[in-house]
Amino acid sequence: MNIHEYQAKAILREFGVPVPDGHVCYNSAGAREWAKRLGEGPWVVKAQIHAGGRGKGGGVKLARTADEVRLISREMLGMTLRTHQTGPEGKLVTRVLVENGCNIASELYVSLVVDRGTSKVTVMASTEGGMDIEEVAAKTPEKIFTETVDPLVGLTPFQCRKIAFSLGLGGKLVNKAVTVLRGLYKTFISCDCSMLEINPLVITAEENLICLDAKFGFDDNAVFRHPKLSDMRDYDEEDANEIEASQHDLSYISLNGNIGCLVNGAGLAMATMDIIKHYGGDPANFLDVGGGATIERVTEAFKLILSDKNVKGILVNIFGGIMKCDIIATGVVEAAKQVSLQVPLVVRLEGTNVARGKEILAESGLNIVAADGMADAAQKIVQAVEGDSI
Amino acid sequence: MSIMINKDTKVITQGITGSTGLFHAQGAREYGTQMVGGVTPGKGGTIIDGFPVFDTVTDAVNKTGATASVIYVPPPFAADSIMEAVDAGIELVCCITEGIPVLDMVKVKQYMKGKKTRLVGPNCPGVITPGQCKIGIMPGYIHKPGKVGVVSRSGTLTYEAVWQLTCLGLGQSTCVGIGGDPVNGTNHLDVLRLFEADPDTEAVIMIGEIGGTSEEDAARFVKEHMTKPVAAYIAGLTAPPGKRMGHAGAIISGGKGTAAEKVEILKECGISVAASPAEMAQALLRIYKP
Repeated sequence: MNIHEYQAKAILREFGVPVPDGHVCYNSAGAREWAKRLGEGPWVVKAQIHAGGRGKGGGVKLARTADEVRLISREMLGMTLRTHQTGPEGKLVTRVLVENGCNIASELYVSLVVDRGTSKVTVMASTEGGMDIEEVAAKTPEKIFTETVDPLVGLTPFQCRKIAFSLGLGGKLVNKAVTVLRGLYKTFISCDCSMLEINPLVITAEENLICLDAKFGFDDNAVFRHPKLSDMRDYDEEDANEIEASQHDLSYISLNGNIGCLVNGAGLAMATMDIIKHYGGDPANFLDVGGGATIERVTEAFKLILSDKNVKGILVNIFGGIMKCDIIATGVVEAAKQVSLQVPLVVRLEGTNVARGKEILAESGLNIVAADGMADAAQKIVQAVEGDSI
Repeated sequence: MSIMINKDTKVITQGITGSTGLFHAQGAREYGTQMVGGVTPGKGGTIIDGFPVFDTVTDAVNKTGATASVIYVPPPFAADSIMEAVDAGIELVCCITEGIPVLDMVKVKQYMKGKKTRLVGPNCPGVITPGQCKIGIMPGYIHKPGKVGVVSRSGTLTYEAVWQLTCLGLGQSTCVGIGGDPVNGTNHLDVLRLFEADPDTEAVIMIGEIGGTSEEDAARFVKEHMTKPVAAYIAGLTAPPGKRMGHAGAIISGGKGTAAEKVEILKECGISVAASPAEMAQALLRIYKP
């Protein structure tokens, strides 16, 4: 789950982490009013979409007067913003963040992640604020400082001071850095984050530290214990099919190809995409129906795949463990009838009750091609789709 | 011999009165596993389908002599169940539960430091030594006793590999599903170490996927320390970056953990990498003569 920048900053403010004063606005008149309430200016107007690279796309602008805030907001609201992360179709801007500008003296970078290697939270900091951290890591790894956090003790003040001194901070800034870093760690733990990135964390001319941008990644497994966070979810920013899928407990990701996949298990689902590609085809989606799926769930999965107009054929690949092949077969037949299936369908079943599953498919009277093994299945669907497009 | 479990292993089920827990406890018993009871707090003293139920893991261990436990407890409570099993001195804990918050697992890992328990999972199919002991949710009949060890992050992809082996007449010593979560108890390298030391394992199939560096670490171990042939398959060559592919751990982040990168390192380390998931057993036969 992702959230907007203004929501991220509200969370940080709650945990005592300094962010610029600002407010989210949905129309230009409101933006002008809020600017006047926030202070004397200058202000920064920032388009709120779930994608990075907004500055280059014209989604971040400086305003000297409240009227300028209104004009910039009017331009941004309703525009389609294209950045390197949105893809060519871009994203519609429906809200802007108006916030006070600040006098930037220098820019730092701070992030927290769960490090798989150590199975602990790691704090990463760098003097190269505003830069892409992967680039910094590749070119100048000596400019990145890390501290690993003991989960039973938490991020200690001495660790924060170590980071501050490594970043070259001195005087009052050291203790200010301790407050910011401890606040970020507290936020990370309290919100079950998987990633929290502040880029840049700026040092102002007045010798204050302030988070100019914030990016959260949340652990999907823990959203159940954060009802406030799930309220922040902006469905307009997500793929409609992926939302539909999550409502049926299906794990679905849309891709650009034309062969729909319905598979049980995440690993096998990825492998199925790979083998389609291996035989010259192009997968339209990743879809894991999971274990213990019901006929209804399989039917929903089927409808979901077919709602993608690019789909020219479907491959069902099921290795029954918890899942029984006869249930899958019944689901496939039901769904194919319900949506009056027009595209070729190849089904590969293996595992518990496979014989009965194949019987159900054969008795259905539908045009279903049975396959033996993954290679056979992939070749058959690729062939069927190619034949169709000629 | 085998690794982790054998015909003498006594197993309890944590969460045995739930429908999933009971269903798989029955399945394991039918397979021939010594399923000696279960734990559900508040239901101690009752019996469910012949399985004695205990209030705590310690009770269950004291009364049954169990050394292994399998967990089917729902995600919000599963981390606590793992720690309870560790506290009771269980040697092997297989946590099947999918969806445990990552920060819960971070605490569990720290809690387990210095304790003797091995954790397999979470979010895994479990462990099976064919013909002897099945702990978890895998279909028993696809397996065949033999000499090939299998280790994998994915459940159904493991079944795929096992089925390919069995169809070619190659049996398995032990198959371990380590699970698809970013923070887990046992990684590929841990299992390879056990297979290398096991006299009954002659060769290994290792199955990995995008995300993390577990496969790369294991590959370096193969190059430097393993005498037995290892074949591998890595899932996710076509996975787009930044998207979580079902498993919480299966994500390419910041350009790291791609399948192509992993395949390259595995090959450099002398591992026979299958070009497609349909060729896992053949990839092994290229370097292993049974």
